[in-house]
Amino acid sequence: MVCLRNKVFKIRSKNAGPFTVTIDVFCHSPNDLKRTKKLLDTSTLSRLFGVDENKFEIYEIADLNVLKVSFPRTHSQGSRLDRDMHGAQFAELLNEMVIPNNFEEI
Amino acid sequence: MIRVLVPSGVLGLEFSKDALQRGLENKPDIIAIDGGSTDSGPFYLGTANSKYSRAVTLGEWEYLLKARAQAKIPLVIGSSGTCGTDTSVDWMVAITNQALANLNQNIRLATIKSSQPNERVVAAFKSNRLTSLKHAPTINEQIITECTGIVALMGVEQFQAALSREVDVIIAGRATDTASIAALPLMKGIPPGIAWHGAKIAECGALCSTNPLSGCIQVDFHANCFEVEPLDPSAQCTPHSVSAHMLYENSDPFILHEPGGYLDVSNATYKAVSDRKVRVSGGQWVSASKYRVKVEGVRIAGYQTTSLILVRNQHYVRNIKSWVDKLKTFLEQSIYEKFGLNGESFLIEFRLIGADGVLGPLENYHLELIEIGVLGIVTAQTQQLANELAKHINPYLLHFPLTDNEELPTFAFPYSPAETERGPLYEFCLNHTLQIDDPLEVFTIEVFQANGMSKK
Repeated sequence: MVCLRNKVFKIRSKNAGPFTVTIDVFCHSPNDLKRTKKLLDTSTLSRLFGVDENKFEIYEIADLNVLKVSFPRTHSQGSRLDRDMHGAQFAELLNEMVIPNNFEEI
Repeated sequence: MIRVLVPSGVLGLEFSKDALQRGLENKPDIIAIDGGSTDSGPFYLGTANSKYSRAVTLGEWEYLLKARAQAKIPLVIGSSGTCGTDTSVDWMVAITNQALANLNQNIRLATIKSSQPNERVVAAFKSNRLTSLKHAPTINEQIITECTGIVALMGVEQFQAALSREVDVIIAGRATDTASIAALPLMKGIPPGIAWHGAKIAECGALCSTNPLSGCIQVDFHANCFEVEPLDPSAQCTPHSVSAHMLYENSDPFILHEPGGYLDVSNATYKAVSDRKVRVSGGQWVSASKYRVKVEGVRIAGYQTTSLILVRNQHYVRNIKSWVDKLKTFLEQSIYEKFGLNGESFLIEFRLIGADGVLGPLENYHLELIEIGVLGIVTAQTQQLANELAKHINPYLLHFPLTDNEELPTFAFPYSPAETERGPLYEFCLNHTLQIDDPLEVFTIEVFQANGMSKK
Protein backbone atom coordinates (compact mmCIF):
# COMPACT_ATOMS: atom_id res chain seq x y z
CA MET A 1 0.00 0.00 0.00
CA VAL A 2 1.48 3.35 -1.04
CA CYS A 3 0.55 6.52 0.83
CA LEU A 4 0.99 10.11 -0.30
CA ARG A 5 3.63 10.63 2.40
CA ASN A 6 5.85 8.09 0.63
CA LYS A 7 5.90 10.21 -2.51
CA VAL A 8 6.31 13.75 -1.20
CA PHE A 9 8.88 15.61 0.86
CA LYS A 10 6.59 16.96 3.58
CA ILE A 11 2.93 17.71 4.31
CA ARG A 12 1.99 20.23 7.00
CA SER A 13 -1.26 21.87 8.04
CA LYS A 14 -2.05 24.89 10.19
CA ASN A 15 -4.81 27.37 10.92
CA ALA A 16 -4.86 30.45 8.73
CA GLY A 17 -6.88 32.42 11.26
CA PRO A 18 -9.60 30.85 13.44
CA PHE A 19 -11.90 29.90 10.55
CA THR A 20 -9.58 28.45 7.91
CA VAL A 21 -7.16 25.55 7.63
CA THR A 22 -4.33 25.54 5.12
CA ILE A 23 -2.30 22.51 4.06
CA ASP A 24 1.04 22.67 2.24
CA VAL A 25 2.20 19.63 0.27
CA PHE A 26 5.91 19.94 -0.53
CA CYS A 27 6.62 17.77 -3.60
CA HIS A 28 9.99 16.59 -4.89
CA SER A 29 9.68 17.82 -8.48
CA PRO A 30 7.44 19.75 -10.88
CA ASN A 31 6.14 16.41 -12.23
CA ASP A 32 5.32 15.17 -8.75
CA LEU A 33 3.50 18.44 -8.14
CA LYS A 34 1.34 17.81 -11.23
CA ARG A 35 0.64 14.23 -10.11
CA THR A 36 -0.24 15.33 -6.60
CA LYS A 37 -2.58 17.98 -7.98
CA LYS A 38 -4.40 15.33 -10.02
CA LEU A 39 -4.80 13.11 -6.96
CA LEU A 40 -6.03 15.92 -4.74
CA ASP A 41 -9.10 16.92 -6.73
CA THR A 42 -11.89 18.66 -4.88
CA SER A 43 -14.09 15.57 -4.64
CA THR A 44 -11.29 13.59 -2.95
CA LEU A 45 -10.57 16.49 -0.62
CA SER A 46 -14.25 16.88 0.16
CA ARG A 47 -14.50 13.21 1.14
CA LEU A 48 -11.39 13.38 3.35
CA PHE A 49 -12.18 16.61 5.17
CA GLY A 50 -15.99 16.59 5.19
CA VAL A 51 -16.15 20.03 3.54
CA ASP A 52 -18.13 21.01 0.39
CA GLU A 53 -16.20 20.58 -2.86
CA ASN A 54 -16.64 24.21 -3.88
CA LYS A 55 -15.08 25.49 -0.64
CA PHE A 56 -11.53 24.39 -1.46
CA GLU A 57 -8.93 26.82 -2.78
CA ILE A 58 -5.99 25.15 -4.46
CA TYR A 59 -2.75 26.97 -5.28
CA GLU A 60 0.36 25.79 -7.09
CA ILE A 61 3.63 27.40 -6.02
CA ALA A 62 5.85 26.28 -8.88
CA ASP A 63 9.12 27.65 -7.48
CA LEU A 64 8.74 25.51 -4.37
CA ASN A 65 6.98 22.50 -5.93
CA VAL A 66 4.23 23.08 -3.39
CA LEU A 67 0.54 22.41 -3.68
CA LYS A 68 -1.44 24.47 -1.18
CA VAL A 69 -4.98 23.60 -0.16
CA SER A 70 -7.06 25.98 1.98
CA PHE A 71 -10.59 25.37 3.23
CA PRO A 72 -13.01 26.54 5.92
CA ARG A 73 -12.94 24.74 9.23
CA THR A 74 -16.08 22.70 9.93
CA HIS A 75 -15.77 23.92 13.53
CA SER A 76 -13.98 27.19 14.20
CA GLN A 77 -10.78 27.01 16.21
CA GLY A 78 -11.53 26.26 19.85
CA SER A 79 -15.30 26.07 19.43
CA ARG A 80 -17.24 23.31 21.16
CA LEU A 81 -16.78 20.57 18.58
CA ASP A 82 -13.25 21.49 17.54
CA ARG A 83 -10.70 18.80 18.36
CA ASP A 84 -7.49 20.39 17.14
CA MET A 85 -6.81 23.98 18.26
CA HIS A 86 -3.96 24.60 15.82
CA GLY A 87 -5.28 22.52 12.93
CA ALA A 88 -1.89 20.89 12.56
CA GLN A 89 -3.11 17.27 12.59
CA PHE A 90 -5.36 17.61 9.55
CA ALA A 91 -2.20 16.98 7.51
CA GLU A 92 -2.27 13.34 8.63
CA LEU A 93 -5.31 12.66 6.46
CA LEU A 94 -3.21 13.55 3.41
CA ASN A 95 -0.06 11.86 4.73
CA GLU A 96 -2.00 8.59 5.06
CA MET A 97 -4.04 8.93 1.88
CA VAL A 98 -3.67 5.72 -0.10
CA ILE A 99 -2.57 6.46 -3.66
CA PRO A 100 -2.18 4.30 -6.78
CA ASN A 101 0.95 2.13 -6.96
CA ASN A 102 1.80 3.70 -10.30
CA PHE A 103 2.14 7.27 -8.94
CA GLU A 104 5.03 7.94 -11.35
CA GLU A 105 2.79 7.17 -14.31
CA ILE A 106 -0.15 9.34 -13.34
CA MET B 1 19.09 51.08 4.32
CA ILE B 2 17.03 50.27 7.39
CA ARG B 3 18.08 47.30 9.51
CA VAL B 4 15.48 45.58 11.71
CA LEU B 5 16.45 43.06 14.36
CA VAL B 6 13.77 40.49 15.17
CA PRO B 7 14.75 38.54 18.32
CA SER B 8 12.18 35.73 17.87
CA GLY B 9 8.75 34.89 16.53
CA VAL B 10 7.10 35.82 19.81
CA LEU B 11 8.14 37.20 23.18
CA GLY B 12 8.17 34.30 25.66
CA LEU B 13 9.44 31.63 23.27
CA GLU B 14 13.12 32.23 23.99
CA PHE B 15 15.92 33.52 21.77
CA SER B 16 19.65 32.99 21.68
CA LYS B 17 21.39 35.75 23.64
CA ASP B 18 24.58 35.23 21.65
CA ALA B 19 22.64 35.68 18.41
CA LEU B 20 21.01 38.83 19.78
CA GLN B 21 24.42 40.26 20.74
CA ARG B 22 25.66 39.49 17.23
CA GLY B 23 22.66 41.37 15.90
CA LEU B 24 23.38 44.39 18.10
CA GLU B 25 26.97 44.54 16.85
CA ASN B 26 25.53 45.00 13.34
CA LYS B 27 23.94 48.26 14.52
CA PRO B 28 20.24 47.75 13.77
CA ASP B 29 17.87 50.73 13.59
CA ILE B 30 15.12 49.10 15.64
CA ILE B 31 14.26 45.91 17.53
CA ALA B 32 10.78 44.58 16.73
CA ILE B 33 9.07 41.56 18.25
CA ASP B 34 5.59 40.11 18.21
CA GLY B 35 3.71 39.34 21.41
CA GLY B 36 0.89 37.12 20.27
CA SER B 37 -1.76 35.94 17.82
CA THR B 38 -5.04 34.04 17.79
CA ASP B 39 -3.07 30.84 17.29
CA SER B 40 -3.59 29.50 20.80
CA GLY B 41 -7.34 29.84 20.69
CA PRO B 42 -10.21 32.05 21.86
CA PHE B 43 -9.60 31.75 25.62
CA TYR B 44 -6.87 34.41 25.64
CA LEU B 45 -8.91 37.15 24.00
CA GLY B 46 -11.97 36.07 26.00
CA THR B 47 -10.13 36.57 29.29
CA ALA B 48 -7.35 39.05 28.35
CA ASN B 49 -4.81 36.45 29.43
CA SER B 50 -1.27 35.77 28.29
CA LYS B 51 -0.25 32.36 26.99
CA TYR B 52 3.30 32.71 28.28
CA SER B 53 4.34 32.85 31.91
CA ARG B 54 4.89 36.27 33.44
CA ALA B 55 8.32 35.31 34.77
CA VAL B 56 9.57 34.17 31.36
CA THR B 57 8.09 37.25 29.67
CA LEU B 58 9.75 39.51 32.25
CA GLY B 59 13.12 37.80 31.81
CA GLU B 60 13.11 38.13 28.02
CA TRP B 61 11.68 41.66 28.00
CA GLU B 62 14.25 42.84 30.55
CA TYR B 63 17.00 41.47 28.34
CA LEU B 64 15.57 43.31 25.32
CA LEU B 65 15.21 46.57 27.29
CA LYS B 66 18.87 46.26 28.23
CA ALA B 67 19.84 45.57 24.61
CA ARG B 68 17.80 48.56 23.43
CA ALA B 69 19.52 50.91 25.88
CA GLN B 70 22.91 49.56 24.87
CA ALA B 71 22.17 50.12 21.15
CA LYS B 72 20.23 53.37 21.75
CA ILE B 73 17.44 52.32 19.35
CA PRO B 74 13.67 51.87 19.74
CA LEU B 75 12.16 48.57 20.87
CA VAL B 76 8.61 47.77 19.75
CA ILE B 77 6.22 44.94 20.56
CA GLY B 78 2.90 44.27 18.84
CA SER B 79 -0.01 42.08 20.05
CA SER B 80 1.21 42.33 23.64
CA GLY B 81 0.28 39.58 26.08
CA THR B 82 -0.94 37.11 23.39
CA CYS B 83 -4.29 38.73 22.61
CA GLY B 84 -3.41 42.45 22.60
CA THR B 85 -6.30 43.78 24.68
CA ASP B 86 -5.95 46.99 26.70
CA THR B 87 -5.58 44.83 29.83
CA SER B 88 -2.72 42.97 28.11
CA VAL B 89 -0.99 46.27 27.32
CA ASP B 90 -1.32 47.28 31.00
CA TRP B 91 0.10 43.87 32.00
CA MET B 92 3.07 44.48 29.73
CA VAL B 93 3.55 48.00 31.13
CA ALA B 94 3.64 46.57 34.67
CA ILE B 95 6.27 44.05 33.54
CA THR B 96 8.20 46.90 31.92
CA ASN B 97 8.17 48.94 35.14
CA GLN B 98 9.50 45.95 37.07
CA ALA B 99 12.23 45.35 34.48
CA LEU B 100 13.20 49.05 34.46
CA ALA B 101 13.58 48.99 38.26
CA ASN B 102 15.80 45.90 37.97
CA LEU B 103 17.87 47.66 35.29
CA ASN B 104 17.90 51.05 37.03
CA GLN B 105 16.71 52.59 33.77
CA ASN B 106 14.37 55.41 32.67
CA ILE B 107 12.63 55.40 29.29
CA ARG B 108 10.10 57.30 27.22
CA LEU B 109 7.33 54.77 26.67
CA ALA B 110 4.38 54.71 24.27
CA THR B 111 1.36 52.48 24.54
CA ILE B 112 -1.06 51.92 21.67
CA LYS B 113 -4.35 50.40 22.72
CA SER B 114 -6.67 48.52 20.40
CA SER B 115 -9.57 47.08 22.43
CA GLN B 116 -12.89 48.03 20.92
CA PRO B 117 -16.01 48.84 22.96
CA ASN B 118 -18.89 46.58 21.90
CA GLU B 119 -21.07 49.63 21.20
CA ARG B 120 -18.56 50.96 18.68
CA VAL B 121 -18.60 47.69 16.76
CA VAL B 122 -22.41 47.50 16.93
CA ALA B 123 -22.57 51.04 15.50
CA ALA B 124 -20.17 50.04 12.71
CA PHE B 125 -22.31 46.96 11.99
CA LYS B 126 -25.45 49.09 11.74
CA SER B 127 -23.79 51.61 9.43
CA ASN B 128 -22.35 48.91 7.13
CA ARG B 129 -18.76 49.63 8.04
CA LEU B 130 -18.23 46.02 9.12
CA THR B 131 -17.39 43.67 6.24
CA SER B 132 -17.22 39.86 6.43
CA LEU B 133 -13.92 38.21 5.60
CA LYS B 134 -13.72 34.77 4.02
CA HIS B 135 -15.52 32.06 6.05
CA ALA B 136 -16.74 34.61 8.59
CA PRO B 137 -19.57 33.43 10.85
CA THR B 138 -22.95 35.12 10.61
CA ILE B 139 -23.25 37.96 13.07
CA ASN B 140 -25.94 40.20 14.46
CA GLU B 141 -26.21 42.98 17.00
CA GLN B 142 -26.74 40.56 19.88
CA ILE B 143 -23.63 38.50 19.08
CA ILE B 144 -21.46 41.62 18.98
CA THR B 145 -22.99 42.86 22.24
CA GLU B 146 -22.23 39.51 23.91
CA CYS B 147 -18.51 39.60 23.06
CA THR B 148 -16.26 39.53 26.12
CA GLY B 149 -13.30 40.79 24.12
CA ILE B 150 -12.98 42.68 20.82
CA VAL B 151 -9.74 44.01 19.38
CA ALA B 152 -8.86 45.76 16.13
CA LEU B 153 -5.57 44.89 14.42
CA MET B 154 -3.47 48.00 13.86
CA GLY B 155 -1.22 48.47 10.87
CA VAL B 156 1.90 50.61 10.45
CA GLU B 157 0.32 54.06 10.78
CA GLN B 158 -0.31 53.63 14.50
CA PHE B 159 3.28 52.48 15.19
CA GLN B 160 4.59 55.35 13.05
CA ALA B 161 2.54 57.91 14.99
CA ALA B 162 4.17 56.65 18.20
CA LEU B 163 7.67 56.39 16.66
CA SER B 164 7.45 59.98 15.45
CA ARG B 165 7.14 61.07 19.07
CA GLU B 166 10.67 59.86 19.68
CA VAL B 167 9.89 57.16 22.16
CA ASP B 168 12.31 54.48 23.35
CA VAL B 169 9.79 51.68 23.65
CA ILE B 170 6.35 50.99 22.16
CA ILE B 171 3.99 48.52 23.80
CA ALA B 172 1.16 47.94 21.36
CA GLY B 173 -2.10 46.08 21.60
CA ARG B 174 -3.32 43.81 18.81
CA ALA B 175 -1.49 44.43 15.55
CA THR B 176 -0.96 42.48 12.35
CA ASP B 177 2.11 40.25 12.67
CA THR B 178 4.00 42.39 10.16
CA ALA B 179 3.11 45.94 11.26
CA SER B 180 5.72 46.44 14.00
CA ILE B 181 8.48 45.38 11.58
CA ALA B 182 7.25 47.29 8.49
CA ALA B 183 6.55 50.58 10.32
CA LEU B 184 10.05 52.10 10.47
CA PRO B 185 11.22 51.04 6.96
CA LEU B 186 8.05 52.56 5.49
CA MET B 187 8.55 55.75 7.50
CA LYS B 188 12.07 56.03 6.07
CA GLY B 189 10.88 55.74 2.48
CA ILE B 190 11.33 52.03 1.73
CA PRO B 191 8.77 51.10 -0.98
CA PRO B 192 5.75 49.35 0.55
CA GLY B 193 6.11 46.19 -1.59
CA ILE B 194 9.60 45.69 -0.11
CA ALA B 195 8.74 46.74 3.45
CA TRP B 196 5.63 44.58 3.87
CA HIS B 197 7.19 41.56 2.20
CA GLY B 198 10.30 41.74 4.38
CA ALA B 199 8.12 42.14 7.44
CA LYS B 200 6.04 39.09 6.54
CA ILE B 201 9.18 36.98 6.06
CA ALA B 202 10.60 38.13 9.42
CA GLU B 203 7.41 38.00 11.52
CA CYS B 204 8.13 34.54 12.96
CA GLY B 205 11.84 35.20 13.57
CA ALA B 206 14.04 32.32 12.46
CA LEU B 207 11.08 30.30 11.18
CA CYS B 208 12.17 31.55 7.73
CA SER B 209 15.55 29.85 8.24
CA THR B 210 16.78 26.26 8.39
CA ASN B 211 16.82 26.37 12.21
CA PRO B 212 13.49 27.80 13.42
CA LEU B 213 14.44 27.45 17.10
CA SER B 214 17.45 29.76 16.81
CA GLY B 215 15.23 32.85 17.14
CA CYS B 216 17.04 35.97 15.96
CA ILE B 217 17.07 37.25 12.42
CA GLN B 218 18.04 40.50 10.77
CA VAL B 219 16.35 42.16 7.80
CA ASP B 220 17.99 44.90 5.74
CA PHE B 221 15.47 46.98 3.84
CA HIS B 222 16.86 48.64 0.70
CA ALA B 223 15.16 50.75 -1.96
CA ASN B 224 14.79 47.85 -4.40
CA CYS B 225 15.05 44.69 -2.25
CA PHE B 226 15.38 43.33 1.25
CA GLU B 227 17.98 40.92 2.57
CA VAL B 228 17.34 38.48 5.37
CA GLU B 229 19.80 36.45 7.41
CA PRO B 230 19.69 34.53 10.68
CA LEU B 231 21.95 35.68 13.50
CA ASP B 232 22.64 32.24 14.94
CA PRO B 233 25.60 30.57 13.19
CA SER B 234 23.76 27.22 13.15
CA ALA B 235 20.96 28.64 10.95
CA GLN B 236 20.83 29.53 7.27
CA CYS B 237 18.33 31.43 5.17
CA THR B 238 17.93 29.83 1.76
CA PRO B 239 15.65 30.93 -1.11
CA HIS B 240 13.52 27.89 -0.24
CA SER B 241 13.32 28.51 3.53
CA VAL B 242 12.50 32.19 2.95
CA SER B 243 9.93 31.85 0.17
CA ALA B 244 8.25 28.92 1.95
CA HIS B 245 7.44 31.26 4.82
CA MET B 246 4.90 33.06 2.61
CA LEU B 247 2.82 29.87 2.86
CA TYR B 248 2.82 29.78 6.63
CA GLU B 249 -0.55 30.41 8.32
CA ASN B 250 -1.64 32.16 5.14
CA SER B 251 -4.52 30.73 3.10
CA ASP B 252 -3.36 32.45 -0.10
CA PRO B 253 0.40 32.08 -0.68
CA PHE B 254 0.68 35.18 -2.89
CA ILE B 255 -1.59 37.76 -1.25
CA LEU B 256 -1.36 39.24 2.23
CA HIS B 257 -4.05 41.67 3.36
CA GLU B 258 -3.00 44.48 5.65
CA PRO B 259 -4.69 47.69 6.82
CA GLY B 260 -4.77 50.05 3.85
CA GLY B 261 -4.10 47.55 1.08
CA TYR B 262 -2.53 44.22 0.23
CA LEU B 263 0.82 42.75 -0.67
CA ASP B 264 1.13 40.68 -3.85
CA VAL B 265 4.25 38.49 -4.08
CA SER B 266 3.26 36.62 -7.29
CA ASN B 267 6.28 38.07 -9.10
CA ALA B 268 8.78 38.07 -6.24
CA THR B 269 12.23 36.58 -6.70
CA TYR B 270 14.40 35.03 -4.01
CA LYS B 271 18.17 34.84 -4.56
CA ALA B 272 20.94 33.52 -2.36
CA VAL B 273 23.51 36.24 -1.61
CA SER B 274 25.65 33.85 0.45
CA ASP B 275 25.07 30.44 1.98
CA ARG B 276 23.05 32.09 4.73
CA LYS B 277 21.61 35.33 3.35
CA VAL B 278 18.77 35.77 0.83
CA ARG B 279 17.90 38.81 -1.29
CA VAL B 280 14.23 39.30 -2.17
CA SER B 281 12.61 41.71 -4.60
CA GLY B 282 9.47 42.03 -6.68
CA GLY B 283 6.77 42.27 -4.00
CA GLN B 284 4.00 44.70 -5.03
CA TRP B 285 1.81 46.74 -2.74
CA VAL B 286 -1.71 47.55 -3.87
CA SER B 287 -3.34 50.40 -1.95
CA ALA B 288 -7.01 50.17 -1.04
CA SER B 289 -9.36 53.12 -1.43
CA LYS B 290 -10.72 52.63 2.10
CA TYR B 291 -8.73 52.01 5.27
CA ARG B 292 -9.97 48.81 6.90
CA VAL B 293 -8.67 47.04 9.98
CA LYS B 294 -9.47 43.48 10.92
CA VAL B 295 -11.46 42.94 14.12
CA GLU B 296 -11.39 39.84 16.30
CA GLY B 297 -14.09 39.06 18.83
CA VAL B 298 -14.80 36.28 21.27
CA ARG B 299 -17.89 35.35 23.26
CA ILE B 300 -18.91 32.73 25.80
CA ALA B 301 -20.62 29.73 24.20
CA GLY B 302 -21.40 27.81 27.40
CA TYR B 303 -19.61 26.39 30.42
CA GLN B 304 -17.81 23.08 30.55
CA THR B 305 -16.91 20.32 32.94
CA THR B 306 -14.88 17.35 31.73
CA SER B 307 -14.34 13.82 33.02
CA LEU B 308 -11.61 11.47 31.93
CA ILE B 309 -11.74 7.70 32.33
CA LEU B 310 -9.36 5.02 31.10
CA VAL B 311 -10.53 1.66 29.80
CA ARG B 312 -8.11 -1.28 29.70
CA ASN B 313 -10.50 -4.27 29.67
CA GLN B 314 -10.30 -5.74 26.15
CA HIS B 315 -14.01 -6.55 25.91
CA TYR B 316 -14.82 -2.88 26.52
CA VAL B 317 -11.94 -1.53 24.45
CA ARG B 318 -13.17 -3.56 21.44
CA ASN B 319 -16.75 -2.38 21.91
CA ILE B 320 -16.06 1.15 23.05
CA LYS B 321 -18.13 2.86 20.36
CA SER B 322 -21.28 0.91 21.17
CA TRP B 323 -20.57 1.49 24.87
CA VAL B 324 -20.42 5.29 24.61
CA ASP B 325 -23.44 5.40 22.26
CA LYS B 326 -25.48 3.34 24.69
CA LEU B 327 -24.21 5.36 27.67
CA LYS B 328 -25.08 8.64 25.97
CA THR B 329 -28.64 7.55 25.22
CA PHE B 330 -29.06 6.32 28.77
CA LEU B 331 -27.67 9.55 30.26
CA GLU B 332 -29.87 11.81 28.16
CA GLN B 333 -32.91 9.87 29.35
CA SER B 334 -31.85 9.94 33.00
CA ILE B 335 -31.03 13.67 32.84
CA TYR B 336 -34.50 14.27 31.46
CA GLU B 337 -36.01 12.26 34.30
CA LYS B 338 -33.89 13.68 37.14
CA PHE B 339 -33.24 17.26 36.02
CA GLY B 340 -36.20 17.84 33.70
CA LEU B 341 -33.79 18.94 30.95
CA ASN B 342 -33.82 18.01 27.32
CA GLY B 343 -30.88 17.97 24.91
CA GLU B 344 -31.25 21.63 24.01
CA SER B 345 -30.06 22.95 27.35
CA PHE B 346 -26.94 20.81 27.67
CA LEU B 347 -24.58 18.74 25.54
CA ILE B 348 -22.64 15.63 26.44
CA GLU B 349 -19.87 14.46 24.16
CA PHE B 350 -17.51 11.51 24.54
CA ARG B 351 -14.22 11.63 22.68
CA LEU B 352 -12.38 8.36 22.30
CA ILE B 353 -8.72 9.06 22.87
CA GLY B 354 -6.79 6.34 21.13
CA ALA B 355 -9.51 5.65 18.56
CA ASP B 356 -10.58 8.93 16.95
CA GLY B 357 -9.82 11.63 19.51
CA VAL B 358 -8.19 13.98 17.02
CA LEU B 359 -10.18 13.46 13.84
CA GLY B 360 -13.57 12.27 15.09
CA PRO B 361 -15.81 11.32 12.17
CA LEU B 362 -12.98 12.00 9.68
CA GLU B 363 -10.85 9.15 11.07
CA ASN B 364 -10.20 6.37 8.53
CA TYR B 365 -8.13 3.93 10.56
CA HIS B 366 -9.44 1.51 13.16
CA LEU B 367 -6.66 -0.51 14.71
CA GLU B 368 -6.59 -2.89 17.62
CA LEU B 369 -5.92 -1.01 20.84
CA ILE B 370 -4.49 -1.84 24.26
CA GLU B 371 -6.41 0.83 26.12
CA ILE B 372 -8.60 3.80 25.43
CA GLY B 373 -9.28 7.13 27.11
CA VAL B 374 -12.84 8.40 27.21
CA LEU B 375 -12.98 12.16 27.55
CA GLY B 376 -16.48 13.20 28.60
CA ILE B 377 -17.26 16.87 27.93
CA VAL B 378 -20.39 18.42 29.41
CA THR B 379 -21.39 21.83 28.08
CA ALA B 380 -24.24 23.71 29.74
CA GLN B 381 -25.58 27.23 30.05
CA THR B 382 -24.16 27.68 33.53
CA GLN B 383 -21.08 26.32 35.27
CA GLN B 384 -23.22 25.02 38.12
CA LEU B 385 -25.32 22.95 35.74
CA ALA B 386 -22.26 21.61 33.91
CA ASN B 387 -20.80 20.53 37.28
CA GLU B 388 -24.08 18.95 38.38
CA LEU B 389 -24.46 16.98 35.16
CA ALA B 390 -20.83 15.83 35.28
CA LYS B 391 -21.37 14.59 38.85
CA HIS B 392 -24.50 12.79 37.72
CA ILE B 393 -22.65 10.92 34.97
CA ASN B 394 -19.69 10.01 37.21
CA PRO B 395 -21.01 6.66 38.56
CA TYR B 396 -22.07 5.57 35.05
CA LEU B 397 -18.66 6.39 33.60
CA LEU B 398 -17.25 4.18 36.32
CA HIS B 399 -19.66 1.23 36.16
CA PHE B 400 -21.97 1.27 33.12
CA PRO B 401 -22.32 -2.24 31.64
CA LEU B 402 -22.23 -2.91 27.91
CA THR B 403 -25.18 -5.30 28.11
CA ASP B 404 -27.81 -5.85 30.77
CA ASN B 405 -26.72 -9.38 31.61
CA GLU B 406 -23.09 -8.77 32.45
CA GLU B 407 -21.37 -8.00 35.67
CA LEU B 408 -20.89 -4.29 36.47
CA PRO B 409 -17.50 -3.21 35.18
CA THR B 410 -15.28 -0.69 36.99
CA PHE B 411 -12.98 1.47 34.89
CA ALA B 412 -9.94 3.52 35.86
CA PHE B 413 -10.31 7.12 36.99
CA PRO B 414 -6.83 8.69 36.76
CA TYR B 415 -7.51 11.21 39.54
CA SER B 416 -10.04 12.30 42.14
CA PRO B 417 -12.39 13.96 41.55
CA ALA B 418 -12.82 12.64 38.02
CA GLU B 419 -14.48 15.92 37.03
CA THR B 420 -12.52 19.03 36.06
CA GLU B 421 -14.27 22.36 35.89
CA ARG B 422 -13.11 24.06 32.69
CA GLY B 423 -14.93 27.34 33.12
CA PRO B 424 -16.41 29.27 30.21
CA LEU B 425 -16.05 27.94 26.68
CA TYR B 426 -15.01 30.84 24.46
CA GLU B 427 -15.51 30.95 20.71
CA PHE B 428 -14.39 33.34 18.00
CA CYS B 429 -17.41 35.07 16.54
CA LEU B 430 -15.96 37.88 14.42
CA ASN B 431 -13.86 37.60 11.28
CA HIS B 432 -14.57 41.01 9.84
CA THR B 433 -12.97 44.26 8.86
CA LEU B 434 -13.89 47.65 10.25
CA GLN B 435 -13.75 50.61 7.91
CA ILE B 436 -12.34 53.78 9.50
CA ASP B 437 -11.72 57.26 8.13
CA ASP B 438 -8.46 57.87 9.97
CA PRO B 439 -6.02 55.08 10.95
CA LEU B 440 -5.75 56.57 14.45
CA GLU B 441 -9.52 56.70 14.92
CA VAL B 442 -10.04 53.52 16.95
CA PHE B 443 -6.60 53.25 18.56
CA THR B 444 -5.34 55.21 21.56
CA ILE B 445 -1.72 56.32 21.81
CA GLU B 446 -0.25 57.51 25.09
CA VAL B 447 3.33 58.62 25.65
CA PHE B 448 4.80 58.87 29.14
CA GLN B 449 7.97 58.59 31.13
CA ALA B 450 8.59 55.21 32.77
CA ASN B 451 11.21 55.65 35.43
CA GLY B 452 12.93 52.68 37.00
CA MET B 453 15.94 54.55 38.36
CA SER B 454 15.99 54.57 42.09
CA LYS B 455 15.65 58.06 43.48
CA LYS B 456 18.43 57.85 46.01
